[in-house]
Amino acid sequence: MADQADVVIIGSGVIGNATAYYLAKKGLSVIVIEKASDIGNGGSSRNGGGVRQSGRHPKELPLAIYGAQHLWPTLSEELGVDVEYYQEGNLRLGKTKEHLAVLADIVEKGKAGGLELDMVTGDQAREICPHLSDEVIGASWCPTDGHANPLMTTLAYYKKARQLGVRFITGEGVIAIKKVRGKAREVVTANNSYVGDTIILAAGFASRKIAASIGIDIPMIELVMEVLVTEEQPKMFYQMLGTAAADFYGHQSTHGSFVFGGSSGHEAYHRGDDITATTSMTAPCICRGIMKYFPQLADAKIVRTWAGAIDDCVDHIPVISHVEEVPGLILACGFSGHGFGIAPTVGLLISEMAAGEETTLDVSGFRYDRFKAKI
Amino acid sequence: MSKIRDRSIDIGTYCPQPDDQLIICRCEEITKGEIRQAIYDGMHTLTELRRFLRTGMGPCQGQSCSKIIQGILARELKISHLELEPAMSRAPMRPIEMSVLGNEVKGGE
Ligand SMILES: Cc1cc2nc3c(=O)[nH]c(=O)nc-3n(C[C@H](O)[C@H](O)[C@H](O)COP(=O)(O)OP(=O)(O)OC[C@H]3O[C@@H](n4cnc5c(N)ncnc54)[C@H](O)[C@@H]3O)c2cc1C
Repeated sequence: MADQADVVIIGSGVIGNATAYYLAKKGLSVIVIEKASDIGNGGSSRNGGGVRQSGRHPKELPLAIYGAQHLWPTLSEELGVDVEYYQEGNLRLGKTKEHLAVLADIVEKGKAGGLELDMVTGDQAREICPHLSDEVIGASWCPTDGHANPLMTTLAYYKKARQLGVRFITGEGVIAIKKVRGKAREVVTANNSYVGDTIILAAGFASRKIAASIGIDIPMIELVMEVLVTEEQPKMFYQMLGTAAADFYGHQSTHGSFVFGGSSGHEAYHRGDDITATTSMTAPCICRGIMKYFPQLADAKIVRTWAGAIDDCVDHIPVISHVEEVPGLILACGFSGHGFGIAPTVGLLISEMAAGEETTLDVSGFRYDRFKAKI
Repeated sequence: MSKIRDRSIDIGTYCPQPDDQLIICRCEEITKGEIRQAIYDGMHTLTELRRFLRTGMGPCQGQSCSKIIQGILARELKISHLELEPAMSRAPMRPIEMSVLGNEVKGGE
């Protein structure tokens, strides 16, 4: 097989795989190059599965709404794999007056973007989710938010794209992108090189170094967060949950386990050598957060914990952009810890960009050259 | 070091075997046939199989089935089982209550 295709994608996370699928559907030939031995071994297989519109940056909100209305509800059917999508709403919980102020601000911004999002009282929140503790005095409520299984979603896009003829190569780390006659064309690894008319850089935080090989910089840092999962529990609720204090978020899965994510405050100060190693500090901290809202879960047993990295852009929204100086290159990185929920929409938009079509939604807010100094 | 693998290599088409009904992962009740089918769907590592099927994600965390699954995968891909990296073991090593894991008061109270 020739190491050449219409499009070469760097990174087989949910963004790379979704893009590959939508491109293959359009009939383009695609090669996806992945550094790890496993498909989607980055944040895409480690995230909390939130498919949220509420709490989104105004520029990201249209992407989230489009996905919740047009892509997520039929995704399992389309890909032939149950991605365990539930659209049963999102409660963001508050315990103090300060929390309520944070929530009111989120509600106001969501409403301004046309989202169905409201403040509810503690009792109303307990009507929606009866297992909440009395400490909860209010919440924001978005009935069209939800969650899905990130492992299944990432692998379902891979499976379907592969079936449609996309060539995936794992264990192949990209070192550089090279121009040929003024256009991005060659993707270089330790032993090989792959040629594409369009090159899509979707390698998470590693995109920064790869983009540097062609003279482009994206201001982002790597933060490490953790997730824990409990043993199977009786069915309790299927809303997605978050908190104004950001002390935990999560949901109950199809399997019955609870998947809860959170942080310890040390996200930016990871060791750097092994970003997927958990610390002894974070999971206990997440547990303490959860028990304040769900005292009932105090006896639930934790079976696994894991860590995952996010690529946090300076303004906390992604770069989804052509690059003027490097024709043929599309950047798709800096998803800042909330790229899973919008991945189907983003995959669709990037496939349109790569195919030279008009995009379904405006992507001009995600340009690579939007960053400015503070003064 | 991870080996370069092309996921489009031809491993033939999935054909049923007489013992496909055999339960391999007892915690999650996953059969040999389901594992073999997933391999033909592109799940070519133990980690991918675990994420796709939940093999080894139950209470025993793969302690009983991971070697058998490694064998099945190696046979279907026609490679040595030594070429397959084990899936990651994850803390805590035994299931532990939230109230216990979250307690950092000295003396355990
Ligand atoms: C703990 C945690 C919880 C989260 N919770 C949520 C949530 O609830 N909702 C939500 O919307 N989002 C959430 N996110 C964010 C979400 O997971 C990411 O935004 C999303 O998965 C990004 O996908 P990606 O494909 O851009 O990146 P990744 O999944 O990181 O994929 C990048 C890929 O590029 C590969 N790569 C790296 N370097 C190279 C190289 N040199 N050559 C080739 N390949 C390379 C990597 O191995 C990786 O597979 C969470 C993230 C984490 C870590």
